[in-house]
Amino acid sequence: MTFSNFIEQFWPSTINGLVLGSIYALIALGYTLVYGVLRLINFANSEVFMLSAFGSFWALQILGVPYRLGNGDDPYKTGLALVGTLGFMMLVSMVVGGTVAMGLERIAYRPLRKRHAPRLVFLISAIGASFAMSEAVGEFGPRGRQEYGIQRVLQKRKVFSIFSADVRNDYIIVVVGALLMMTVLVLFVNRTRIGRGIRAVAQDMETARLMGVNVDRVILITFLVGGLMAGGAAFLYEIYNGTARNTLGFELGVKAFTAAVLGGIGNIKGALLGGIVLGIIENWGTAIFQSNQKMGSVVAFSVLVLVLMFRPTGLLGEALGRSKA
Amino acid sequence: MQTTRVRQAGALLLSLAVVAGACGDDKKKDTKTTTAVTTASAGTTASSGTTASAGTTASAGTTASAGTTASAGTTASAGTSAGSSSAGTTASSGTAAGGSGSAAAIAPIPTGVKCDAGIKIAFLGALSGDNGALGTNMINGAQIAFDEFNKANPDCQVTFDSKHDSQGAADQASPLADAIVGDAKVIGLIGPGFSGETKATMPKFEAAGLPMITPGATNAKLSTNGWKMFHRILANDDKQAPGVVSLITNVIKGKAVGVIDDASEYGKGLADSVRSGLAAMDVANATIDPKAGDYSAAITAMKDKNVDTIFYGGYYAEAAKLVKQIRDAGLKATFVSGDGSLDNGFIKNGGSATEGSYLTATGAPGDVNPAFQAAFKAKFNADPALYSPEAYDCARVFLAGIAAGKVTRADMAAFVASYDQPGITKQIKFDSTGEPSGNAVYYTIVKDGKLAGQGLIPG
Repeated sequence: MTFSNFIEQFWPSTINGLVLGSIYALIALGYTLVYGVLRLINFANSEVFMLSAFGSFWALQILGVPYRLGNGDDPYKTGLALVGTLGFMMLVSMVVGGTVAMGLERIAYRPLRKRHAPRLVFLISAIGASFAMSEAVGEFGPRGRQEYGIQRVLQKRKVFSIFSADVRNDYIIVVVGALLMMTVLVLFVNRTRIGRGIRAVAQDMETARLMGVNVDRVILITFLVGGLMAGGAAFLYEIYNGTARNTLGFELGVKAFTAAVLGGIGNIKGALLGGIVLGIIENWGTAIFQSNQKMGSVVAFSVLVLVLMFRPTGLLGEALGRSKA
Repeated sequence: MQTTRVRQAGALLLSLAVVAGACGDDKKKDTKTTTAVTTASAGTTASSGTTASAGTTASAGTTASAGTTASAGTTASAGTSAGSSSAGTTASSGTAAGGSGSAAAIAPIPTGVKCDAGIKIAFLGALSGDNGALGTNMINGAQIAFDEFNKANPDCQVTFDSKHDSQGAADQASPLADAIVGDAKVIGLIGPGFSGETKATMPKFEAAGLPMITPGATNAKLSTNGWKMFHRILANDDKQAPGVVSLITNVIKGKAVGVIDDASEYGKGLADSVRSGLAAMDVANATIDPKAGDYSAAITAMKDKNVDTIFYGGYYAEAAKLVKQIRDAGLKATFVSGDGSLDNGFIKNGGSATEGSYLTATGAPGDVNPAFQAAFKAKFNADPALYSPEAYDCARVFLAGIAAGKVTRADMAAFVASYDQPGITKQIKFDSTGEPSGNAVYYTIVKDGKLAGQGLIPG
């Protein structure tokens, strides 16, 4: 343990944690929304994220910017071309995310729900679907299990500094983008008719059905929204990191799920708080322990256990409309 | 209802199969060097016209008289290396060609040898499977030596028994080792290719008194077992770290160095050795989690110390991501990594961020000897790759033994133990534990998106 490192690296660690945490938070929404409505951990959400990340690649290929094989200058774009390209990447990622999430609901969950299968079966189905998607990309993807490196369209550069920490333009896009999407989501759940339906089903599915809510439709929309968030997260991750492979979902999915639990699973604002707290603590932990990233995870999970000991429902508790245990 | 059951069972079975498949895919941590390198370097391409002509000179000479052949070949090679040095990188070819010192002359191919028919030199190693490319590199390299020898000696045709495919696995190598030992015509073995299979089969070769020379097993502990038959032609893993340290201090001349590892047995082992070699400096340390995609914490630690050189102990996939993120962070430090990163995938994934990176290996680069490279290219229509030059040198040792009339295992063992001749990778000489005399470590620079500009690390 070296606290001098921690003090020196405090600001860069915090900024990095905030950026990564924003991405965790968006993926965490997919877990939290579905859990709030169905009381089901949708483990395949991580693969929705992974496929959406490939969506960003396809978007560039559609625009005639294939992923990089070998070196060459990045086709940096500026001005409207940049905004257009990024917007198209985001659109394709979100469309892929939403479509895959809805398909998942139709194929992996709805048939089980119709047969009133026990909860454990859903879990197995989710894990099975998760592996199936990950392995399908690994087996049939053009580069198999190898890593894909995306062509950069955004030239990363320092915009300003906070104390000793550089703030890059991609950091700003990630954090602002994530906050915007969250805001839209909260407004959607709290202010719209469909949002009211989601909250109603989350509170009591049977009563909502009796009150005339189309439960199947609400559930499908919940998956769609979760998928759109995962798609947005995938787009932001590609702006920030620029790589993808078939195991990408697992790498970030575990962290995002942890963030959801830390914030209070079923709670939308909890996902945001949990994601950012997890991201920052992870980076602080790494800085304290000789920049050992594995120790960062140890610290983060220790904090999770501590939080759950004192607040078993997470930092903000469950609250997608209900207080039922 | 019945059909639903069946369908559910089917879904469950499918997911189980998928799980099983997922568990079996990640083999990269098994053998230390899973890297297949195609060294189609810029320098090579530039000089290929001249090397081709050098190759033809050499082979033309071979038929006529052997004594002059080698010298003709080497003169030609010296010429080409000079040419490529002016065209390509400065440091590369001068040192690369003259691996063992001043003269690049290698031991001449023996001629006029008479021997009994049917003498065999066997090969054992991976020809298929995940690392099959490396074993193929080896037998192809050795094959060149056998072709040269058999062509020059019509009255002594040596068979290269290269059908023993262990897939690099210790359990598959064992029965093959029994077969090799049981074949009385086999008087020498090139291989086993990797460390694991060498450890498993070596007792059998030791008991049979069959001398072996491995062109690729680099685990440092192999030579500590007191095996008399064990020889290896390249420096072991422990020697790579001093090479890296020398590269950083003498070639790159780094003043502030950072060392990052991936917490794997190989990566951390190599990085820790480099750390202790650089103990005099205030080294910035970091460990990444290879499963994560974001290494910003490690890079923060590097930026904090304002390093000018970063060594990474780990494999190419993470190395590529790391170097990209280092450049994104605005850090211009020279990136150095070991043989785990010596793969074209490093450049493919890392793109232009890898430019100017240094990668080290104890295996010689494919263009270490232009005449060998030309002969190899003529036969296999590809450049020699990792371990091909080493395998060629292994074969030359045994063939020299046969030329000297050593046609029993015991005679051959004694001959190998006292062998001391220049090879294409270095002066070939083994100490009493079977380790090579020189601890050559080579580096490769990424240049114009290719693995190019190889050189021998001084010291």
